[in-house]
Amino acid sequence: MIDKFVPSVAEALAGVKDGATILVGGFGAVGQPDLLIEGLIAQGASALTVVANNAGYGQVGLARLLAAGRVRRLVCSYPRIPGSVIFEELYKSGRLELELVPQGTLAERLRAAGAGIPAFFTPTGAGTRLVDGKETRRLGARDCVLEHALHGDVALIQAWTADRWGNLTYRGSGRNFNPVMAPAAALTIAQVEHTAQLGELDPEVIVTPGIYVDRIVHHPAEAAHA
Amino acid sequence: MRDDILSAEAGPCRPRSREEMARRAAADIADGWYVNLGIGIPTLIANHVPADREVIFQSENGLLGFGPAPDEGMIDPYLINAGKQHVTLLKGAALLHQADSFAMIRGRHLDLCVLGAFQVAANGDIANWATSSNDAAPAVGGAMDLALGARRVWVMMEHTTREGEPRLVESCAYPLTALGVVSRIYTNLAVLDVTPQGFRLVELVAGLTAAELQAVTAAPILV
Repeated sequence: MIDKFVPSVAEALAGVKDGATILVGGFGAVGQPDLLIEGLIAQGASALTVVANNAGYGQVGLARLLAAGRVRRLVCSYPRIPGSVIFEELYKSGRLELELVPQGTLAERLRAAGAGIPAFFTPTGAGTRLVDGKETRRLGARDCVLEHALHGDVALIQAWTADRWGNLTYRGSGRNFNPVMAPAAALTIAQVEHTAQLGELDPEVIVTPGIYVDRIVHHPAEAAHA
Repeated sequence: MRDDILSAEAGPCRPRSREEMARRAAADIADGWYVNLGIGIPTLIANHVPADREVIFQSENGLLGFGPAPDEGMIDPYLINAGKQHVTLLKGAALLHQADSFAMIRGRHLDLCVLGAFQVAANGDIANWATSSNDAAPAVGGAMDLALGARRVWVMMEHTTREGEPRLVESCAYPLTALGVVSRIYTNLAVLDVTPQGFRLVELVAGLTAAELQAVTAAPILV
């Protein structure tokens, strides 16, 4: 019998190795797997590469992982947001390597990884200093940049509801990078607010099919959502 | 349209406020357009779309058809826009993940994107993500995808910097976001088009002459 639910965060994160590339879902504070990030801090893996849209803010979540000195390299589109003091401090003092990626290119590199596409050409960024050193080719009427798939060793994602097969639904803007990252990592771990019996989720509304999900932690939110 | 609005009225120059700039830009958005509004001043445009037009707003983080901010007690913590502000979903809204959202953006499906900018060049180049070549902590977000993905790219910004330096320039000194993409600019002083011949004046605010506008613009303006 397949049952991807694990009883504890520690079990969910077992086996994450030093030097791993960790994909972290979320956009702003929505759809961010906070519990799993806390679990990763406790788990202890270091010299990590973290791929995420933002770099956290204040002293929680990703910011706390950064502050704990566990992240060597950040692949990110919008690290500097109000309150991202930890990121700014680490970056300015040279203790954090940053690969800044246009948001659409970040999403597509992740999608490509999950879809078995090793690389692709995109017009985004052509002629700008963000793509210095990358192969550029004239395709159609536009200069396009060669971008490579971005694979993770581990994906930490957040979803609304899961069943034991790992089928996931999302809520509102909580979808964001989560369904894109789930297929892009060797080990995908989901934190979910609700559980459903097998068969309860309408196949028409499942966004991430269970084939992409390895472990699930049930984490009802403290705040009651409608 | 030009003749009646080009002639500056007599009286002191009255620069447009941000809300007035937003209202002016909103007046040019057609019924039925799909529009992405960049973070910052452009988001104000959503409040000024004429009531007889149905305009659908897209947000990079996967919202198509989002509406105004909710009342205090009605906030859904799962609904934010790209500016991380709480929003609502309108009837008919759809939700997307980030790769589909940017496929929509990059795939030229949006009728319009309105962006803020540091500088716009006479050839339509835009610089809006970093202010110097060694920015201490850079962030680019979706700006580059939006700037070249939308069918039309308009810029909404103050005509000059706080220090009075022109933002409309011959060529951008700041790092570029995208090349040759901007078609129209709404500032606190004027509306201008970007044409193959450079900036062309569409409209001046009351009390300002074309010569006065030229004096705070670092590239020739066709009148």
